[in-house]
Amino acid sequence: MAAPLLSIRGLEVRYATERGPARVLRSVDIDIPENAVVGVVGESGSGKSTLALTLMDLLPGNAQQSAASLLFEGVELSSLPRSQRRRLRGTRMAMVFQDPMSSLHPLFAIGTQMVDIQRTKHPELSSRDLRQRAAAMLTRVGVPDAAARMSRYPHEFSGGMRQRVMIAMALLVQPKLLIADEPTTALDATIEAQIVELLRDVRSDIRGSIILISHSLGLVADLCDHVVVMYAGEVVETGAVDDVFGAPQHPYTRALLDCEIDPWAAVEKGAALPRIPGAPPDLVEMPAGCVFAPRCPQRHERCGVAPALKSLDGNRTVACWLR
Amino acid sequence: MKLTAAAVAVVGAVLLLLSLTLLIPGDPATMLLGPRATPETVAALKAEMGLDLPLPTRLAQFLGRAATGDLGVDIFSGRPVSTMVLQALPNTILLAVSAILLAILFGLPLGTIAALKPDSIADQAIAFLSVGFVSAPSFVNSIFLLLVFALWLNWFPVLGAGTAGDPLDQLWHVVLPAVALAVGWIGYIARLLRSSLLEVLNEPYVRTMRAYGVPESVIVLKYALKPACIPTLAILGIGVGELLGGAVFAEVIFNRPGLGSLIYGAIAVRNYPVVQGGVLVVVLLFVATNFLVDLSYLWIDPRARARLALAGERSA
Amino acid sequence: MARWLLARVMNTHAGAFGLVTVVVLLIVAIAAPLVALHDPNAIAPIDRLQPPSLAHIFGTDHLGRDLYSRVVYGTRVAIGVSIVVMSISLSVGVLLGIGAAYAPRALDQLVLSIFDIINAFPSIILALALVAVLGAGLGNLILLVSVVFIPQFGRVARAQTLSIRNSLFFEAEKVLGTQPWRILLHHVLPNIIGPIFVLASMNIPVVITIEAGLSFLGVGVRPPLASWGNLLHDGYTYLDQSPWPAITSGLALMLATLGFTLLGEALRDAIDPKLRRER
Repeated sequence: MAAPLLSIRGLEVRYATERGPARVLRSVDIDIPENAVVGVVGESGSGKSTLALTLMDLLPGNAQQSAASLLFEGVELSSLPRSQRRRLRGTRMAMVFQDPMSSLHPLFAIGTQMVDIQRTKHPELSSRDLRQRAAAMLTRVGVPDAAARMSRYPHEFSGGMRQRVMIAMALLVQPKLLIADEPTTALDATIEAQIVELLRDVRSDIRGSIILISHSLGLVADLCDHVVVMYAGEVVETGAVDDVFGAPQHPYTRALLDCEIDPWAAVEKGAALPRIPGAPPDLVEMPAGCVFAPRCPQRHERCGVAPALKSLDGNRTVACWLR
Repeated sequence: MKLTAAAVAVVGAVLLLLSLTLLIPGDPATMLLGPRATPETVAALKAEMGLDLPLPTRLAQFLGRAATGDLGVDIFSGRPVSTMVLQALPNTILLAVSAILLAILFGLPLGTIAALKPDSIADQAIAFLSVGFVSAPSFVNSIFLLLVFALWLNWFPVLGAGTAGDPLDQLWHVVLPAVALAVGWIGYIARLLRSSLLEVLNEPYVRTMRAYGVPESVIVLKYALKPACIPTLAILGIGVGELLGGAVFAEVIFNRPGLGSLIYGAIAVRNYPVVQGGVLVVVLLFVATNFLVDLSYLWIDPRARARLALAGERSA
Repeated sequence: MARWLLARVMNTHAGAFGLVTVVVLLIVAIAAPLVALHDPNAIAPIDRLQPPSLAHIFGTDHLGRDLYSRVVYGTRVAIGVSIVVMSISLSVGVLLGIGAAYAPRALDQLVLSIFDIINAFPSIILALALVAVLGAGLGNLILLVSVVFIPQFGRVARAQTLSIRNSLFFEAEKVLGTQPWRILLHHVLPNIIGPIFVLASMNIPVVITIEAGLSFLGVGVRPPLASWGNLLHDGYTYLDQSPWPAITSGLALMLATLGFTLLGEALRDAIDPKLRRER
């Protein structure tokens, strides 16, 4: 099998809080293959966004990270100085953020912003060339009247249009790794459908891999080849999307699917809506043992010790004593 | 809309000033003529000065004359107040503008440095100096600067505004007073900018720029500084008011001509028309500057422009 | 509540310094006769304009009076005036503000216009204009400086009252038939206290500055009453002969304004960190 584009081993990220360090990511092992679309799913607080920010080296000042290995394109990221990691951004890696309303600078025209983000990748091109590329890309992502729109300000765009702009920005730098952090969460349902269409459409434009972070299993099922399921800062299951969603191996994955796939079936039967009882654990004072155990319908004595991520057939992994 | 509010304020201020003169114990006519004047001469002078007319008429008269630039005459010399004010005004403006420029010139970089390396030695030093300077009254600064740099070190001239027509000499004379006025503002701007910048640097839209590898210097100087300046702009309006107030002291202490010393000199001898005219012009300057500051928001923030356009459409 | 405030203020170097300075100044002001070493008004022309010595630890002024004692008594003027002025401004301002919130629209607009008119003047200029009319002296000074600060308190009081009046539980109270003054007492006032207190404490150094400034210009406190402003004026007049009168009174002013500013900011940060962005 070809070497993965990105290989994460033993990633730990801690945030300093008033009550002590919050362990937001614990012992994360993930492989992102070349030219694949990998979904990362989980509840809020599962650490998905932190994972994205860690890869991009955009963590806030009060975060501490350590990893046994962070191999990107064969280069060990943790050994690079920050200036080198900055140069990776906007050239080999790009990110589409969750809320396009606050992610675009309100005081500058989007044309200006779209030009400046290209400069790291194309320092040799003139501003005019960069503007032309940007306008062309805006048209590609479905923004009408692109040339005129370039001198408009973000508040003059609708939410869906803004997200198209952000996607266009990512496409402009042709990254090997594109991270989309909840790209549709802040949008209305109808707009969401349009953006999903757009993502499907431009997938082939990106000659690289995409990490799609979402709490919507449907979206991931739609767009992704592989999926990584996270809970409370740990990876609990990975595999091909059809495998994991078709035959989930981890109780949490199964519970997630029950909640999302067909809640109406329960309503028709007159039963209560399916839910996962309890709440995610406190990241500062983590209980010992399996992190999902307190809420797991199948917990038993062995769950007092945290299970390691085990490989199964068909390129799957799961962290559960039941397997 | 803001324009009318400003106009109302100015008119109201004039009203206030005028009515105040009525409260003066004794009246200017008697004062001028002295204790030996007969009641007839006093009455005659009063009639001539228009002091026997009812207040609304006097107000209307004053406003009417003021609109044409006539602010009355100096009680003692008979010179038109408007001439005196116009002569004094450029000096005060020079002082105020120099102070503002100095404040921005030093405040902006200091605030930026402090924000870029928060909690460093540089930041703490800047913070300490800022607070120390911000609170000290400007006239204390003026006197200390005068003492150290003019009297002891002899680097700058002690008094006056320099020979007219010699810009370099005048500049040299304006340095100490401008610095005295600016010092408090440098500290304030530095602190305000620091906190604004720190906040802006954590905003999502700045993070987007970082996510594309834009160098931090570009981020700070182009993308972060612009929004961070907005709160600083807000205080600039009020700051000009305090500056104009402080200019009074600076002009008196450094013996410079200007609106401040004009008003002060007039108060000392109860020369009310001059006080009135001088204060009126200061108020006009203040209100005008605040209005300009409000306008500048439109220039900086495209959202404000949009809101204005929307409001315009609605009322049309 | 006071304990909690104290703890938070003392938490930072700045806050602690401010608090200590203010406390010292208050003690000096109250116990001036005990703290001063000489009679501040004792003239001794032989000893005029002396530098600091064992007999006169700050030196003497142009009439031979002990500078240290005069500075000590000046503390009384500075702090006394600021407290009185703040109290007057606060009372009148809050009354006007609450009144405007309850008043018919025309009256409300009138009050707001008055606030706007007062704010159209830079504070020192307004004070000068008023003093030109009213004349100099301590009493007049207190009155006219109070005017300058009325709009700030008025606006805060009015805004709070309006928001309470527009809130749901006010409607509930009205339905229950609660008397307006009870609403005032139980809802409006507690909500106002915080911002007003912060406003007052942050404005004290401004009052001190204005009083000293007016006294410096000769239109404030009249000599021989010792105000730091007066001392500074005398110091300025004789600056070339002896720097000590100017230095001592100037430093006293700087220390007082610094201390009160730091304390005011520490209080503001403790009471409402959200206000940090405004002046």
